[in-house]
Amino acid sequence: MNWSDLLSLTAGELIAPTTAAYALAAIGLNIHFGFTGLLNMGQAGFMLVGAYGFAATAQAGQGFPLSALVGVACSVVFALILGIPTLKLRGDYLAIVTISAAEIVRLIGRSSVLSDITNGAAGIPASRFNKDFLGLSVLPDGRTALGPFSYANNVGDGWWTRIVAWAAVLLAVLLVWRLMSSPWGRVLKGIREDEDAVRSLGKSVYGYKMQALVLGGAMAGFAGILFVMPASVQPDAMGRSMTFFIWTILLLGGAATLWGPVIGSMIFFVALMFIKTVMRDVLPSVLRPEQLEPLAGILVGITLMLLVIFRPQGIFGDKKELMLDVR
Amino acid sequence: MPHVATTDRPRRTRLLIALSMLAAALVGVIGLQAESASATATAAAVPCVADAETGCIGGTLQNTAGPVEGVTITVSNEDDDFEESATTAANGTWAVAIPGRARYTVELDESTLPSTAVLADTAVNPVEKLAVAGASSTVDFNLVLDATPNTGGSSSTATGTVTPTRLLQQFALGIRYGLILALAAVGLSLIYGTTGLSSFSHGEQVTLGALLTFVFSIQLHWPIVLAVLASVILSAASGWLQDVILWKPLRRRRVGLVQLMIVTIGLSLALQYAFQFRFGGSTLQVLPSIAKSWSIGPIRLSIPSYIAMGCATLVLVGVALFLQRTRTGRATRAISDNPALAAASGIDVDKIIRLVWILATGLAGLGGALLALAFNGAAWDLGLQMLLLMFAAVTLGGLGTAYGALIGSLIIGVVVEMSTLWLPSSLKFAVALLILILVLLIRPQGILGRAERVG
Amino acid sequence: MSAELSSPTPLAQTAAQALAGVSPEPGVAKPDPIIVADDVVRRFGGMTAVDVRHLEVQRGAITALIGPNGAGKTTLFNLLTGFDKPNSGNWEFNGRRLNGVSAGRVARAGMVRTFQLTKALSRLTVLQNMQLGATKQPGEGFFTSLVKPLWAAREQEITTQAEELLVRFKLDAKSDDFAGSLSGGQRKLLEMARALMAKPELVMLDEPMAGVNPALTQSLLGHIQTVRDEGTTVLFVEHDMQMVRRIADWVVVMAEGKIVAEGPPSAVMENPAVVDAYLGAHHDTDLGDESVMAEGVLEQLEAEEATE
Repeated sequence: MNWSDLLSLTAGELIAPTTAAYALAAIGLNIHFGFTGLLNMGQAGFMLVGAYGFAATAQAGQGFPLSALVGVACSVVFALILGIPTLKLRGDYLAIVTISAAEIVRLIGRSSVLSDITNGAAGIPASRFNKDFLGLSVLPDGRTALGPFSYANNVGDGWWTRIVAWAAVLLAVLLVWRLMSSPWGRVLKGIREDEDAVRSLGKSVYGYKMQALVLGGAMAGFAGILFVMPASVQPDAMGRSMTFFIWTILLLGGAATLWGPVIGSMIFFVALMFIKTVMRDVLPSVLRPEQLEPLAGILVGITLMLLVIFRPQGIFGDKKELMLDVR
Repeated sequence: MPHVATTDRPRRTRLLIALSMLAAALVGVIGLQAESASATATAAAVPCVADAETGCIGGTLQNTAGPVEGVTITVSNEDDDFEESATTAANGTWAVAIPGRARYTVELDESTLPSTAVLADTAVNPVEKLAVAGASSTVDFNLVLDATPNTGGSSSTATGTVTPTRLLQQFALGIRYGLILALAAVGLSLIYGTTGLSSFSHGEQVTLGALLTFVFSIQLHWPIVLAVLASVILSAASGWLQDVILWKPLRRRRVGLVQLMIVTIGLSLALQYAFQFRFGGSTLQVLPSIAKSWSIGPIRLSIPSYIAMGCATLVLVGVALFLQRTRTGRATRAISDNPALAAASGIDVDKIIRLVWILATGLAGLGGALLALAFNGAAWDLGLQMLLLMFAAVTLGGLGTAYGALIGSLIIGVVVEMSTLWLPSSLKFAVALLILILVLLIRPQGILGRAERVG
Repeated sequence: MSAELSSPTPLAQTAAQALAGVSPEPGVAKPDPIIVADDVVRRFGGMTAVDVRHLEVQRGAITALIGPNGAGKTTLFNLLTGFDKPNSGNWEFNGRRLNGVSAGRVARAGMVRTFQLTKALSRLTVLQNMQLGATKQPGEGFFTSLVKPLWAAREQEITTQAEELLVRFKLDAKSDDFAGSLSGGQRKLLEMARALMAKPELVMLDEPMAGVNPALTQSLLGHIQTVRDEGTTVLFVEHDMQMVRRIADWVVVMAEGKIVAEGPPSAVMENPAVVDAYLGAHHDTDLGDESVMAEGVLEQLEAEEATE
């Protein structure tokens, strides 16, 4: 096995745009679930809606700022539509509605109905929507090597995308820190613990839940934009598995913690790449190449189960503050 | 019934043992796969050999009727100006040699498909594939048998006028799907009713039933009746095993519902990828030969479809009688109504919940087996697609009421199939989910559910 | 603070005096009512849980709502506070119609409740629980929360107020602990203190003494009287007649959803309708008993009530 290859591959995952996109989506989910207790099982749908809104606008020739704004606005509208009927109902209704709505978006996206915009199941290649974004780059053209990381500056999967993606993640962490240490965040946490109690204290629980759903959904929308930037808008790449991976990331890092989603995302993708690479090198005689992805998926599933059972507070969380309710 | 639980051993250890058993079961699945790997190896005898500079992208094109010949598949890469086509051979295989590591677009030319084969609703075309030199990458297109050649060709688009014949045909298809869906949904509803848990792994229980039917019927050449029976028994056993090693210990630890729900999500992920790992990504035929069809008036369905519908109806009636007439069934309903009161009146809640798990997974397994028969196909994502429809059916009928789940399922089944008269069939599931959301908006407690009391 | 139960404070005397001339009969009008409810009906399936023709609650007094289990006391509480919707009926709080108003608005109108099963916010600290009870914190708005100077001053006031209340309720030592780590009695205290953070005109306490040890019961009674003496109206649900006799200025008795009797504690105890209501429901119940029922039985019966 080539160890330096292994190291550079896995280290690359640490700062990959995908890792940042998942981290940002997990920060959004953390606002939903970690701080407010909302069971959003359709985070990938928020991302896909954002990505479609962005790509459609950019395809039509608009610049990146406006396109990104449209993308995020689409996710916000999506959150409002889902929140209005469900936030007054019991928590598991939101779970069922969000997972269904995410699936509806994916099914419509991949069908021929809107193929002028979505290009059906094939998806929209990045070359159709990332030119203006890459044009905004302050970096000179060419390639930059920084330690084990060597990428072209101004391509979809290059430095510029990485810089913007991680800047967005940092900004989101900062925002969450500010909000959650404010009285507004205190109300959210109160709702997480017992919404009737908060209601009895004169707060409009519904309004707060809606604000949380919209904020986390907007973050997911931007995460969707970041996610598609290097490759393409692929509806089938943004389905239920993606949502569940985001949940795994959140629980890995620790829900209701500030840095949990970011660290969770880094660990998740580094570990996944490490395992896949090692398996590819070590087990080629036993495994067919197309079996690598499923095997990784099996491991993710088992990890999620073990985490929730044995360390519901996440790897770094504090046992006393463990996120999931132990009745 | 043997009890594995030993009270003196610390719970943590017991759970670890439980999970290692689960891991062992997965290893068993991996062990089984050696056989199927060799099977594909022979099929993939293709004129492309990977070496240091070239790689291969290839696959086998087949539907439930067998290999599909003479279909053109093009592999291209925009950046490198690479484009190469291949035509599938008599055994359905095709391959293209590629220059090196890149992301390739693999597109199947649908106009070259024979009249008996269409791309499945879930099929991706073109496929994006990352391939490297020195290795063979497989691309499979999910083809299905064109099931309705005599009612006006492909059902992938909404074409032509809606005739009474088509209405009736689609309605019959809807009842077929609804009855099978009901088998799975009633189980999901029972689990929800007795434990409060929305089980996300229930879809995989359906898949399990379908794939086991494939294993017994095709791989082990058992008669189909025995194959279905064995699948149902093994499915029910999987429910028993889950309760013994997972759900009961977690109940003992008083693990919260949200936590349990996420455990079922993890289980769902692990199982669906295990199925994909073991059985690959394509649809597998479960009947040794293509079944004949029967016409009843304007309705034309395959014979296994009629059998599946009859079987599902019988079992559903049986379940209803069980819930109504037997002591155990009444106890189950009592727990759904009020667990605390049921426990206080001397019902062994743990025992009933175990029974519910066995019953629910057995029913889901039967649903999967019958679905596989009716469509003559089983695939790793069969139940995955069905799960949300189950949720829709259960919510529509009223969460936690078994009869509601039955009625909800029939409605969803009919809506799904009849929507294809007006809408592209790729949207039929979306229609059902949209109905779910609308129902929640108007009548959150479902059709048969009671309004909830607050406080 | 809790020792002077036997000697009524001046305010207690005024509350008692105000009610002195009121005749002890169901639905009687009060001189200065803070709540006026008419024809409030709530049915669950075929069963009528609450059917109140007319009820007035006197301002500035401690009114106890008693009755056997299943009498509909908690349901009436839920209706009045917006946590449940009636089939019909309307009521006013301070002259303002409150039927159909959401629970949050009811609380903002000055009518704050507690719950029978305490709802301490477990993974918030005791101090955060208290801060959450306060009103008029601009930092609870999304955009203002982003700019700390906009809410820091009010936060300081709230914190001071919370700390004072915590001292009064002897919870100051626990200020930074998670509320989930408190004992059952301490949670009751916290919930009552938290309700007072909003400076409500009326506090509605749903069985404040249930499951609390005798020592803490004494101090809870003292706190309730202090609250009244500071000008806040108190309406509370209780099983234990002994407790009611000691602090209530007025007693309302419910049975099978209806108000069957009203009056000063001493008069109500002798009312045959009340004795009937209790004996009819539970033969083993002794009215003057210190603990009406064992805790477990109580909870079970309440669970029954909750699922009706």
